[in-house]
Parts: sequence; C-alpha cells; structure tokens
Amino acid sequence: MRKSDPLLSLLALLAGLFLWTLAGSTRSPQAAAERLDPVRRLVSELGLSDPALFTEARYTRHLSQADLHSAFQDHPMALEHFPSGSLLAPPRPATHGRGE
Amino acid sequence: MRIVLENVHKVFNQGRPNAHEAIRGVSLSIEPNRVTCLKGASGSGKSTLLSMIGCLSRPTAGRIHLGERLLSGLPERFLTDIRRHTFGFIFQQFNLISGLSVLENIMLPAYPLAPDHRQLTATASALLDRFGLAHKARNPVQWLSGGEAQRVAICRALINDPRILIADEPTANLDTRLSRDFMEQIRRLRESGRTVLITSHDPVVFDSPVVERVIELCDGQVVGG
Amino acid sequence: MGWLRHQRYLLDFIIASLLRRKGKNLGLLLVYSLIVFMLASVMLFTHALKREMGQVLQASPEIILQRIEAGRHALIPADYLRKIGRLRGVTARKGRLWGYFYDPAVRANYTLMVAPERRLADSEVIIGSAIARTRGIGPGDYLTFRAHDGEAYSFRVRELLASDTELFSADLVLMSERAFRVSQGVAEGWYTDIVLSVSNPLELAKIAEKLTLRLPDTRPILREEILRTYDSIFSWRQGILFVLLLGAILAFVIFAWDKASGLSAEERREIGILKAVGWETGDVLRMKFWEGAILSLMAFLLGYLLAYLHVFHASASLFEPVLKGWAVLYPAFRLTPVIDGLQVATLFFFSVFPYVVATIIPIWQVSVTDPDAVMR
Repeated sequence: MRKSDPLLSLLALLAGLFLWTLAGSTRSPQAAAERLDPVRRLVSELGLSDPALFTEARYTRHLSQADLHSAFQDHPMALEHFPSGSLLAPPRPATHGRGE
Repeated sequence: MRIVLENVHKVFNQGRPNAHEAIRGVSLSIEPNRVTCLKGASGSGKSTLLSMIGCLSRPTAGRIHLGERLLSGLPERFLTDIRRHTFGFIFQQFNLISGLSVLENIMLPAYPLAPDHRQLTATASALLDRFGLAHKARNPVQWLSGGEAQRVAICRALINDPRILIADEPTANLDTRLSRDFMEQIRRLRESGRTVLITSHDPVVFDSPVVERVIELCDGQVVGG
Repeated sequence: MGWLRHQRYLLDFIIASLLRRKGKNLGLLLVYSLIVFMLASVMLFTHALKREMGQVLQASPEIILQRIEAGRHALIPADYLRKIGRLRGVTARKGRLWGYFYDPAVRANYTLMVAPERRLADSEVIIGSAIARTRGIGPGDYLTFRAHDGEAYSFRVRELLASDTELFSADLVLMSERAFRVSQGVAEGWYTDIVLSVSNPLELAKIAEKLTLRLPDTRPILREEILRTYDSIFSWRQGILFVLLLGAILAFVIFAWDKASGLSAEERREIGILKAVGWETGDVLRMKFWEGAILSLMAFLLGYLLAYLHVFHASASLFEPVLKGWAVLYPAFRLTPVIDGLQVATLFFFSVFPYVVATIIPIWQVSVTDPDAVMR
C-alpha cells in the first residue's frame, strides 16, 4: 500500500463528513421549524421577549426590557455587563444576600 | 553520446572581491561507453567540471556539447529535463534522504516523471535485487552500512535508466575492499553500455583496470590525459 | 492522468517526510486543530443561537409598553389600557404581570409571571425545568416563597414547563394573578407592562409614535428592537470571545511561522539533493505546497468537525461557563444545526491559506539556488 492511500481515504472521509454537515443544515428546514413550535407557542402565550440564557441579573435576563443604566441590581455577585464592571467590584451587601 | 567541452571557464562570486576562477579554459572530449576518471587534488576543480557536465551548473564562459546539443545555452527547465533523462548521479556523501526507506530513496528521481507506480516499484525492486539489497528495501536508509548506502546510491542513479553515470569521489567514504567492490560494479555498468565519469584522487579508482582514461586536473586546468 | 500521478508521488514523499518527525508534526496538527475547533465552535454556536433566537422571537409581542418613572421601569396603571384609546391596527391589548424573585436558598433569580390562560389555582405554580433541577423538586412538591411582607407562601408545583422550551422557560414560575399580587405586593389596578398586538407590521412605527404622544411617560419596545438587540448581542459576545482567543491564535501563528518558515540545515540539504537528482524548482515548491495544504486542510476539517459535534451534539458544553456567568439557573438546550456557508468559507480561508503561504515562501528562496550545491 502506498503512503498516500490512507491519507487520501482519511481526507475523503473528513471532507465527506464536512459536506454532510453543510448539506445537513439545508436538508430539513421544515423539521427544524417544527422543533421550535412549542417554544414559539409558549413565547406567544406569555408574551416572552427574552431567552432565559443569562439569569444572573434583570438587565441580562430581560435584555430588551431593562433600563440598561443600572448595575448590580439583583445578584450580589452578578458579573457586570459593562466594561466598567471589570474595574468596579460589586458592593458588599450589609445583610447576607438580598430578598431575605 | 559524446561530451565535448570547448574552452570552458567557471568563476565563482564573479565581480566580487572574493571572485575565484575554479576552471580556466578546459577543452575536452569524452568518448561514449567508456569509463573516464577525472583525477586531481581537492580544489583542482574536478567536481566543478563534473557538475557542469552533469547540467547541475552552467559554465561562466565556453561551450559544452552533449551529442548534438549545446548545453551551455539552455534555460534551467531544459537542463533539468536533460539531467533527469541522461544523467545518474552518485555523490561523495551518498546524499540519501534519511528517514525514508531504501525503496523510497531509490524512486525519488523518478517522481517528477510520474511513471506508473507499480512499474516504478518493480524497476526499483529489480535494481535492489541486482545489487543484493532486496531484503533491505523497507529499511530506513540510516540503518545501512557504508557499502550498502553506496549501492543504494548507485541504484538511485540508475532508476531513470540514464546513459551517463556521474560519480563524484564515490570511494571517499569507503575502505579499500568496498572501493574495489564499487569498481567492480562500475565495470558491470560499463558492460551494460553506459558512459561513466568519475572524479577521484583515490588510487584504487584511477589505477583500476576498469578505468579506461584518466584526465588529470590541476588548478582548474587539464595537465594530463 | 500524468498530472494526478505526479501529485500523488509528491504526496507519498510528503507523508514519508512528515512521518519522520512524527511527534512534532502531530503536535502541530493537534494545536492547529484545537485553534480551528475553538474558532469554529464560537462561529457555529453564535450563528445557530442567533438563528434560533430570531425564529422564536418572531412570536413575541409586537409592542411592549413600559412606563418610565425617574428614568426607570415602573408599574403601569390599568387605566392606561383605556387611555391608549382607539388605535387603528391594534388588534389586542392586555396588561402583563411579571417580576423577579431572588431565591436565597439556591442563590438564583427566578422570573415570576402570571399566566391567565393556564387557569392556575391560587396555591399552584408551574415552574421551568432549570428551577426543578436546581431545587430538586418536581410536580406535586411545594415551593415556598417569602413574600414582600415577610409572610411565607407555599405553592404546589402543578407541572413543569416542557423541557424542549427550556431556552426560554428555564427560570419561569407561572402563577395566578391573585397569588402574584398578594405575594409580590402589586396592588389591583397596576400592571408590570402592557402588550399590544398589531397585525400589520407596516403600521408599527406609526402606532409607536402615537403611543408616545398620548402617553408621554411610556416607552414602547418594538419586536424589531428586540430582534435587533439579540442579533447584536451575540455578535458582540462572539467578538469578545474572538478577542480572548486572539492571544492563543497569535501564539500559534508564531509557532507555525517558525515551524513552517524556518528551514533547518537538514531541510536545505534535502532540497539540494532533490534538485540534484532531477527535481525542478517547481516540483520542490509543489511538494511544499502539498505539505502545507495537507496539514492545514487536515487541521481545518478535524477542528471544524469536532466543533460541529461540540456545538450540536454536546450542547456547546465548553461555553457553558462563559454563557452561564454568575447565573445559577442555566437552560439545557440543543440547537438546530444551521451553518452559514460564508462564515465557514471565511474560517477555511483564514485557517488554510496563511499556513500554506508561510510554508512556501522560504522554500522559494532555497529552491531557486543551484542544484550543484550538494557537490560543493
């Protein structure tokens, strides 16, 4: 067997998989849309405006709703959303946590 | 194919203070199907002359004819083409590429010609067989002894079936016994109808009965032969 | 045919020569693939998330009307619903009640929401799966809140929100209107905000303008703005990640440049030998081109495919700490594989092209030297 044989077969395999991933994204837009149907129903039922991806603070939880000018509102350890957050530490609450 | 040199000069670093004229007006005629030896001390210009004949470099002035063709005026592309088809080279350090197997090393000069792979492997194997190296075909070349490496270098020089074989100080790294073996192989090549050109300052080579003509060089000029 | 055969011989040589320094070249391939993997993961993830967000948020309300008091979001009186008056194009309007709750037990923020259509009893809640996971509770269990007045209220969990909606529902607590008002201290006659449905999107801008004129202390948030927010926020996060990766990329570039462009004496000698045995300058360059191309192509394919698996089949688990930030609740979600061809093409170009060039340039200088160098 030549040295290029295994390499070429490996490359062909990888390239095949690569093309498959590219084709996969256009293969079933219908199915993908159906998969999102329950989410869309929930969103329209409750009038949701934001994903629950960043739940640490209200201005990250409801990014589109928040007045973006107030920091450290909810979680005492919430990492700041703005560049200034890397310079200012969050205030130490007098009581242990909030909402207690 | 007869090789004819007319008043060939070679200057290194031309136009600079360290310019050095290695060949000063050499005129020669080398007969086909014979073993010719260029003899001379190191620095006499024999390797430089050989590299010009073998199309590895070009003369600064003068003409070199190979058969009907004038070599000295050809562009690099054509020189490479002639070199591939006409010459086989055996170098002083063997110049095998370490890490590659014996078989791969032998097949290297044929890669740019891209012959059928099976055929090429068969040719290479046949050559190895002829030089008693068949069992080493898959070994990496750095495992070989000096004599084996020399024989691999000969096989490599022969892979494209050249008419002219050029050997530059081929016995410099071999002991006397291996040098004699080498001359024996040269004799067989000569019998198969090839022209052989050797440079050497080793008496085992130029005193050998295999060598039919000795040309002596000194300071870039022919002094005898 | 001859051309193909020629290239294959060059490939044979390349592999043999790469295999000589197996450790070094495999290491290079590994680091190279890793860089591509990181970049591709960020690209695939943000693109898929953006797409998903865009598709789902199409269902969110056309207009959300917030009241602003002293520059901050405040409760809106119920009679604003009437004050809006008749607006052409508005098909429905309703007041929404929602808010936040910080649960000190698990140090997590919940989003409380009133869901009139679920017909919940006053002592019942429906919770998102992430809360259930974090608190270790399920349907039938009780969730106790400390209300605004210090009283503790217990709610029975009626059901969980479907886990395939987790990206949007992970931290939701749905309750009845009365339960919300009593526990959170929102008096009757007040809402958190008002949502309006508009059937014709062309009328949105006009309606928003009329709303700000009639109710000057309010701010309408249009769906288009929400979509735009998410489009840009993910581009921004992607940019931040790229900046963070920049250090790693630079380190790799230096390493690869050194590896690809620095020719050892050994390699110079080899090129000399190849030329002496009959290789043309072009053959040497093509050989080196294949070396660079094979290595970078391999790294690209491996890195990309691993990234694909990571993002779409392993839920981008490596990014979790970044996205999670300080949040306690984190949705488990699986993204639909969608790929932006242009992005992938860009990644391909920037991962393969520079390396190939870096391999060829120094060889060019060496391979144009005279082939008789080996005889000197």
